[in-house]
Amino acid sequence: MSDSATHPREDDPDAEQASDPADADGPDAAEPAGEENRPDGETRQVSTGAESVVAALEAAGAETAFGVQGGAIMPVYDALYSSSIRHLTMAHEQGAAHAADAYGVVAGEPGLCLATSGPGATNLVTGIADADMDSDAMLALTGQVPTEFVGNDAFQETDTVGVTRPITKHNYFADDADAIGDVVGEAFELSRVGRPGPTLVDLPKNVTLDDTEKTPGPAEAPAGTDPDPRAREDAVEAAARAIEDADRPLCLFGGGVIKAEASEVAREFARTHEIPVTTTMPGIGSFPEDDELSLSWAGMHGTGYANMAITHTDCLIAVGTRFDDRLTGGIDTFAPEAEVVHVDIDPAEISKNVYADYPLIGDAGTVLEQLLEAVRDAPDADEWREQCQEWKETYPMTYATPDDEPLKPQFVVEAFDEATDDDTIVTTGVGQHQMWASQFWTYTEPRTWVSSHGLGTMGYGVPAAIGARVAADAMGEPDRDVVCFDGDGSFLMTMQELSVAVREDLNVTFAVLNNEYIGMVRQWQDAFFEGRHMASDYNWMPEFDKLAEAFGALGIRVDGYDEVAPAVEEALAYDGPAVIDFHVDPEENVLPMVPSGGANGRFALTEDQL
Amino acid sequence: MSGEDAAGMPGPAPDERPQPEGRRNLEGHRIDPVVEAEHDSRRAVISALVEDEPGVLARVSGLVSRRQFNIESLTVGPTTVEGHSRITMVVEETDPGIDQIEKQMAKLKPVISVGEVSGSAVTSELVLLKVHGEEPDKVHAVAEMYDGRTLDAGPKTITVQLTGDESKIDDAIDAFDQFGIIEIARTGQTALARGNIPTAPGEKPGTAGEPTTPNTQ
Repeated sequence: MSDSATHPREDDPDAEQASDPADADGPDAAEPAGEENRPDGETRQVSTGAESVVAALEAAGAETAFGVQGGAIMPVYDALYSSSIRHLTMAHEQGAAHAADAYGVVAGEPGLCLATSGPGATNLVTGIADADMDSDAMLALTGQVPTEFVGNDAFQETDTVGVTRPITKHNYFADDADAIGDVVGEAFELSRVGRPGPTLVDLPKNVTLDDTEKTPGPAEAPAGTDPDPRAREDAVEAAARAIEDADRPLCLFGGGVIKAEASEVAREFARTHEIPVTTTMPGIGSFPEDDELSLSWAGMHGTGYANMAITHTDCLIAVGTRFDDRLTGGIDTFAPEAEVVHVDIDPAEISKNVYADYPLIGDAGTVLEQLLEAVRDAPDADEWREQCQEWKETYPMTYATPDDEPLKPQFVVEAFDEATDDDTIVTTGVGQHQMWASQFWTYTEPRTWVSSHGLGTMGYGVPAAIGARVAADAMGEPDRDVVCFDGDGSFLMTMQELSVAVREDLNVTFAVLNNEYIGMVRQWQDAFFEGRHMASDYNWMPEFDKLAEAFGALGIRVDGYDEVAPAVEEALAYDGPAVIDFHVDPEENVLPMVPSGGANGRFALTEDQL
Repeated sequence: MSGEDAAGMPGPAPDERPQPEGRRNLEGHRIDPVVEAEHDSRRAVISALVEDEPGVLARVSGLVSRRQFNIESLTVGPTTVEGHSRITMVVEETDPGIDQIEKQMAKLKPVISVGEVSGSAVTSELVLLKVHGEEPDKVHAVAEMYDGRTLDAGPKTITVQLTGDESKIDDAIDAFDQFGIIEIARTGQTALARGNIPTAPGEKPGTAGEPTTPNTQ
């Protein structure tokens, strides 16, 4: 099952080429893309633009691609036929983009997705936009009609570069077979340097078919795009004095901490100076939620104690966050008395939404190391730490389980958390289930929480679970569990990818928290639209356990508390994809909740308080 | 609902919780005497040196419009360096907004350097004006007054070219109004810094030393 991730196909036709004199000095093209022929390795001989594309990908270290075949991308696929890169055919291009995104999140490498021109490319758009909002490194390769037809409304033509311009870090139209490989290598590198993000290369069919013998050079990001990791010393010193002088210091770790592989130094910084820590939602896992200093995550559905702390802090040390409105609530009431130390690799994030008193532009890990050295005396904050602990007791994360009400979704999340190890990867769709999965699971490790944050893409969970599973397998960690929490509405949007999980025999457990509603919309309609459930009532849902069986997966239906633990156990033990359709309380709401644009400290604990 | 235990989570209600007195303004500044003032918008001329690759103008204009910044004018043309173009943009924004435009533009890969042109810079615009031709002598006199040139004079219309800074152009248009302006085409402001100051400061690392980005040291 999983070992296919690291081994080339046995029927690899390219194996014959090993005896080709042209290949005598170079490494065998059919070798697996392991450590030995990663970036510095030589690339193989090429004879077409498409082969140059694939050679560039191999040289850049790409190991896995997700995609769907099609007319204009066919030459690239043909070149992949003899490549060490593992390709997973997805059921839909949106699935390819989300799988590549999640693969990148788990593996810490750019994910790779492919699609053909026109509808193939446009189907990638949601996934590219999702990666863009969450600053995830990803390379999308799209086929394009031959250059002579470009602009003529040819069959399956879309202005892909134009369509994806606002949702990529940069995109390219490759119009020269001799340069195509270098462009692909550059795009791959660009996606990961500095602030990561998706890049795209549009590949016209005639250019990929064109002859070229130009072997791409080593993948390099464009000059000037790899920023200085160190913040200015004087700025670090000034920030350090502000932190030392604080009475109520608070760390806010964002997704940038995880992307910069800075979780370890972030932990050391907070623990050394005994500063309480809250995270953003993308920052989940950067700091262990079972640590006494942890206040879990802040924002619209963050914990009450995190939101109290963020409201009352006088020195907010924000690292790798862009101060999204789901975090800040109304700007006027966000950390209103705090001096803000803002660490970010992207200068454009400084003072974009929240004014930074102490801007520190640089790599999160490097700057935290600088700060660790520069802050000599821990801030005197005993009272503040006590206050934070008190808030944990005052606003505990609990839920009621009355006998006369159906199964509570939070119970399901907790049951999975108890049954699995700390390194378990959780993916989600978007909606109520996503909030429960983030609230009632105790995350302790980075790259274990894979979700759609900025774009809020329903349907992200299933393909993301596939990408996460493949990444864990490729990393040699087949024993890690991958659990996808999904809602009924979200699951229905991309569940066709279950066919891929079955075909590839991927060990993933899909937990559908089925409340027969677009639950978050139903919750808002109850709170803000007088309970008028316009188009949010999904009482026409199929039986997901039976659908799972139809796909060839294990299907289980759960209605009551007693069935939860055995079902969880059975699904986790099952060697392959399993779907549990949990029929949960349709009336259950996500709390606490900061009403949109409201003050974080005024979070509602009951529906009546909204 | 079945009772209190199902209604929500424990803890004091929102208005029973302590709240800080501080506030931020809409630009995210803490409101204290130093930063309390809301920023008024002002006009700024932003100059960017860019690589002249296909789509660069679309990238720049798309970025600015997507982020809801108001462009008053946008000009673009080649420089003395092959493959480089200069984009000059006039915007009306608050200081933080102008700062954001510069930072966001700097993120674009084809943008080599970008910055606000100082107030002392030389700015100019080219305008073509078509007015009714009944009084050619008077039109000619007004054109001379503003250093304009008559490009086309027919029995019914006269077309005049004007160049100059914004106040001169505005005055000239006012003066031509008496003849009845039929059509007008304006290029928008373009600008260069005076003397030895670079027009687009803040070069991106790795592109320093290019002929059109003089070293600021």
